Amino acid sequence: MKRYIIELVQGGASLLAGLGVTLRALVAQPVTVPYPRKKLPMQPGFRGHPMLVRNPATGAFTCIACGTCMQRCPSRCIDITAARTESGTKYPARFQLDFTRCSLCGICVEVCPVSGLAFSRSFAMPHRTREACKYDLVTRGEEGT
Amino acid sequence: MDTIISITSAFTSVALAAAVIVGFVFVNATALGYIERKLCGRFQRRIGPMEVGWHGILQMPVDGIKLIAKQLIVPSHVAGPLFYVAPVLAFAPAALPFLVMPFAPRIQVLAMEAGLVFVLAVISFNTFAVFLAGWSSNNNYSMIGALRAVAQNISYEIPILLSLLTVVFLTGSFNLSRIVQVQESLWFVLRHPGAILAFLVFFIAAIAETNRAPFDLPEAESELTAGFHTEYSGIAFGMFMIAEYTYLFVNCCLATAVFFGGWWGPTLPFGQYSSCIWFFIKAYTLVFIVIWCRWTFPRVRFDQLMNLSWKYLIPIALGNLLLTALCTKL
Repeated sequence: MKRYIIELVQGGASLLAGLGVTLRALVAQPVTVPYPRKKLPMQPGFRGHPMLVRNPATGAFTCIACGTCMQRCPSRCIDITAARTESGTKYPARFQLDFTRCSLCGICVEVCPVSGLAFSRSFAMPHRTREACKYDLVTRGEEGT
Repeated sequence: MDTIISITSAFTSVALAAAVIVGFVFVNATALGYIERKLCGRFQRRIGPMEVGWHGILQMPVDGIKLIAKQLIVPSHVAGPLFYVAPVLAFAPAALPFLVMPFAPRIQVLAMEAGLVFVLAVISFNTFAVFLAGWSSNNNYSMIGALRAVAQNISYEIPILLSLLTVVFLTGSFNLSRIVQVQESLWFVLRHPGAILAFLVFFIAAIAETNRAPFDLPEAESELTAGFHTEYSGIAFGMFMIAEYTYLFVNCCLATAVFFGGWWGPTLPFGQYSSCIWFFIKAYTLVFIVIWCRWTFPRVRFDQLMNLSWKYLIPIALGNLLLTALCTKL
């Protein structure tokens, strides 16, 4: 009989405590946002697809089309076509990233000798075809940021 | 001639009452659906429906239209007419308790002498519809859900009756408007310690009786997909939902009338009619508490459900009834 009453009282108290928890949640601010209308601030460590970095002074890509990233990419998803300017500097005429295979491991960003690659901030990238997932980072450079 | 006029006027008033009550059932179910979804969102620190209309206020009407427009998918192995009858049986009687509910001194369709018994009888009828739905679906999930519903309703009807009988002992009447009138000076929950206990027992049992969480075993999603309404789609499912919300509101109305003084509150102009505001405020507050409980407590196990009724609620309600009877005699 004693256990019965203790169970009843303790059970009732724990139920009230539970109601208190949800009541506090009810009056607190919601933590979710209506996504397309409002967005949460992006975390600094976010990894979008790799993109080419521009030299802030000249506005040109810092990439020298050395091909290190192409060699080191474990997924083999980078394909660079290099070209030379009149002065003899190499630059990427085409920098293709096959995003269907990219695992965002970040090795390309790490190995780049001139810090010519960085992670972009774009994440909503729906495509209808496989071909559309093959980005040319030279032409995509602007929109990828 | 006089008879014809009186028959026509009687017919008009009956038709009017029926239209108002059925309209109210639909509006109430829609509003409660919206309130429930919104509150559920806030309890989980989400924002709930926001897209259709101002703060998603048109979400439920739109959902209703969607349900009506949807195809009724009927599996080939169901038990024919019974499958179609079950949602109607769930939905149609749900409006009946409002006939005897005393919303205000002058807003009561029928001042029935056995009003309380009538309401309880109609509420119990829901079990029949649920069982019919589960059995006629010819589906194991539905069947188990229906069996659970029957066991649950049999167990929880007893504490409901016993707890309401406490108040019947205090007032000596089954007439709902008389029960409310007696509470003019003080509500029963404030006046009598036995009534507080009776209310708690009634409230827990009423949540179980309407198959709502934490006692929603007949439709436990994680175990039975959707329980007794697994095979129902479109508006047939919608009718079960409307019935559920209506019975929820009926139970809260009953608690308001029996324990919380019904329409009594600060005096209002045209109090004979307008005091129904107090009734609705009290009833919807109770509805809020039911929703609050739903989004707080996890579902109980079936043996826990039975234990709660047979080991706790029924003995407590019985003891309470005995003590109240003694007190009223002394």
